[in-house]
Amino acid sequence: MCDFRIAKINILNHLTPKFMFKITRSVAPKRKLPKSSEVSRLRNRYNTEKYYARIVNYSNYYYNFVQEILKINNLIMKILVCISHVPDTTSKINFTNDDSQFDANGVQFVINPNDEYGLTRAVWFQEQQGATITVANVGGPETEPTLRKALAIGANDAIRVNANPTDSFFVAKQLAEVIKNGAYDIIIAGKESLDYNGGMVPGMIAGILGYNFLNSCTDIAVEGTNVKAIREIDGGRETVSTTLPLIIGGQKGLVEEKDLRIPNMRGIMTARTKTLTVVEPVEASVNTKAVKFEKPAPKSAVKLVSADNLDELINLLHNEAKVI
Amino acid sequence: MSILIYAESAEGKFRKVAFELASYAKKVAESLGTTVTAVTINTADVSELSKYGVDKVLKVTNDKLSGFSAKAYSDVIKQAAQKEGAKLILLSSTTDSIYLSPLVAVSLEAGFASNVVGLPVSTSPFQVRRNAFSTKAFNITEIATDVKVLGLAKNSYGVFENASTLTTEDFNPTIGENDFGIKVESVEKVSGKVSIADADIVVSGGRGLKGPENWGMLEDLAEVLGAATACSKPVSDLDWRPHSEHVGQTGKPVAANLYIAIGISGAIQHIAGINSSKVKVVINTDPEAPFFKVADYGIVGDAFDIVPKLTEKLKAFKAQH
Repeated sequence: MCDFRIAKINILNHLTPKFMFKITRSVAPKRKLPKSSEVSRLRNRYNTEKYYARIVNYSNYYYNFVQEILKINNLIMKILVCISHVPDTTSKINFTNDDSQFDANGVQFVINPNDEYGLTRAVWFQEQQGATITVANVGGPETEPTLRKALAIGANDAIRVNANPTDSFFVAKQLAEVIKNGAYDIIIAGKESLDYNGGMVPGMIAGILGYNFLNSCTDIAVEGTNVKAIREIDGGRETVSTTLPLIIGGQKGLVEEKDLRIPNMRGIMTARTKTLTVVEPVEASVNTKAVKFEKPAPKSAVKLVSADNLDELINLLHNEAKVI
Repeated sequence: MSILIYAESAEGKFRKVAFELASYAKKVAESLGTTVTAVTINTADVSELSKYGVDKVLKVTNDKLSGFSAKAYSDVIKQAAQKEGAKLILLSSTTDSIYLSPLVAVSLEAGFASNVVGLPVSTSPFQVRRNAFSTKAFNITEIATDVKVLGLAKNSYGVFENASTLTTEDFNPTIGENDFGIKVESVEKVSGKVSIADADIVVSGGRGLKGPENWGMLEDLAEVLGAATACSKPVSDLDWRPHSEHVGQTGKPVAANLYIAIGISGAIQHIAGINSSKVKVVINTDPEAPFFKVADYGIVGDAFDIVPKLTEKLKAFKAQH
């Protein structure tokens, strides 16, 4: 019988994507991966120590079999990425129903950019350290293509809370419920969504669950349950240390723009068969209500000043605009 | 019931947003027939708040709070609100305040509206106007709860003097160990420079400036104006400037009095981040650049020629005024 702790270390040391690929391909190039029922049958049959012993001694275990065992024993990080389904920045914003509702007609919806940075960072963890990624959102069936896109980028499964995301607290409450049920280690939500620009949801989830919370996070490293991260502050940045579980308000910097993932064909194909669970909302008080929308008054045309007449610009800024 | 504000300070001095928040709170308090209480954390001299209508200060002095902790600070604000029986808590939109506001709202079971612009549309029912869709629209939000938290968008109301008689009370909230789940290890801050969040004027450069070596003229211009320097996304992606200077949709939001864009074409994502600025000036060689559609003043021409000249002229202007 192998030493439990040594086995743990061995597994983690070997858990590189290349290693996993080797296991899957060399051992069972054509065989189907084990079904989850088979995994749980085996899980019941062997106790934990035996599992480790077998993995260490015979590395001919399947890729997701290893994953499953690690998951059972909390050795693999579980990441939840909260995804907002938002109109693309270039969309024309219009309202219907006497200006009380957003007009989604002809609008292209995307994964909220701040969430996309978080998702790509989660995929980075998956590839470098081993992690499972669940994506979740609160919305109607029309938001499923956005979740599928996240699955195509690399998430393992998705959860949709079937409700209209009317109020930040309501959304936070639903996501908090998802987090409680899934026992995630890291929860990444964009620090702000492009539609209502509230910036409230990640903080509210933290408030509800009492988890550690870091907003405006631009870098994160995890070792065991210890976390080192960077937060952007006004005029600089600070380095912080904390522990899992942790909620992050993510933004650009978690990964660079050029590293953002675009779904490839294989990703799109596999995303179709990945699990997307629909859950019904839990009860939550509705604290705020969007009653009406307004568009800003049309802007007057730009005043052009000749490049040879900079005094005129200074005069305008001083006497007309009164800003200098 | 009074109105509670958190008057934020940096290095022992109030930030400008604290005065804007006080001015705003005073106006709302007048319409509701109540008073304004401010809670301060480790600010030695609080007398300045009386200029802007604050009636009472709950002064917190505690070494444990010398570094910022969102959880601990939100706990202080929560306890101050409970002590005062405040029904309306006003917070600003600095990075730190945005961080702690949702924690305050949840702990007080309060309805929360962030990004609020202007005075409440109505106080019964309580409705406020918020920025939404990256400044392409406003959203009127009704808050139904008894206790309400508002996050005031930066530079959306202004600072107004309104003298009051100030009473100061020392306040010792309970701060638990579990308030420090996040430990600050080190802070890197550019000293001696105005941050984009605090600046009244922001001078911003884009890819039109051709390279990081050309930023000198931008910095000269910023220095004359007492402005912060910023940049567009391609510039930070190319590492010409640090990411902390990137403004726009995925960078820092800017709500300055004056925003000067030099060599920035004005992609929609850039405009979304800076549109809350009051006056926008654009300098660009391309008269078709989309920035001209949203700017107030524009110069079509070569920045390498215009910016140094403008700096000289502004120097002369500043000497006279």
